[in-house]
Amino acid sequence: MKCEELLAMLNEYVDGTVDPSVCMEYEKHMAGCDPCKVVVDNIRKTIILYKEGKPYELPLTFRNRLHETLRQKWPKSGPGS
Amino acid sequence: MSEDIKNTSCRDVPDGELVRRSQGGELAAFEELAFRHEEKVYSLAMRMLRHEQDAEDVTQQSFLNAMENLQSFRGDSSFSTWICRIAIHGALKLIRKRKSRSMVSLDETAGEEGDHGTIPHPEYIADWRESPEELVHRNEIQRLLEEALSGLDEKHRMVFLLRDVEGFSVKETAESLGLTETNVKVRLLRARLQLREVLTRTLGDPDTRVVRHHEHAR
Ligand SMILES: [Zn+2]
Repeated sequence: MKCEELLAMLNEYVDGTVDPSVCMEYEKHMAGCDPCKVVVDNIRKTIILYKEGKPYELPLTFRNRLHETLRQKWPKSGPGS
Repeated sequence: MSEDIKNTSCRDVPDGELVRRSQGGELAAFEELAFRHEEKVYSLAMRMLRHEQDAEDVTQQSFLNAMENLQSFRGDSSFSTWICRIAIHGALKLIRKRKSRSMVSLDETAGEEGDHGTIPHPEYIADWRESPEELVHRNEIQRLLEEALSGLDEKHRMVFLLRDVEGFSVKETAESLGLTETNVKVRLLRARLQLREVLTRTLGDPDTRVVRHHEHAR
């Protein structure tokens, strides 16, 4: 497997959807190719960072307004009735 | 979070129980659900829309929609997943509206040729100095992440957000965005590579930088 082929199947490898025989080839390549190994590791960490991140704080005035609206619109006879 | 307006009796109750109480008409339970998930929904909307007022509108509308459709929520997924899907749907609707307003072609496949070209090669390759767990709570890192995300084209950003951040399958991402699964995969790969490149330039340890041998390059 060449670096180029590995790159083309990066999604499948990172997502764990690559089939087992290809997966073995992939790992064999990475054992002997530092750049590819590091790129895969970087991408995994990139995804984790975005998944775990809490990028924006809710503006306080908006939070108050939102809850005010929810209380106003809450149906007296229960939701969806 | 303003603890004073939170109903303390709800605080340690799991989401599923809060949903049942809300369905039974308990407003405080629904408000607690909102407190727990509003920031996540707002962040998601901000990442998609890049506009505070629009993100606020989508967030509010999402909780109102949830309120209206509460009885149809059967708990097949978590409340968090459900409310995020409502928000994604709302944000996408707004994006389509914006596009038709600015007369930009709705045909998302226009200019798609570029998606089938060669994959950009990783250039700056180095191990990161710190783990994602160490990085994720720092404000300057959150800024870096959002800047990198803003650097993506909208079409790449949407695919990355739905697939990698919200955990949509390739098929669901394709359906939500009106794309083929192949388009989704190509865009996702480009998004991942571009974000990796930008983040690694800041987070990578220069001492561990590896350079591809020339024969490896192509
Ligand atoms: Zn390689």
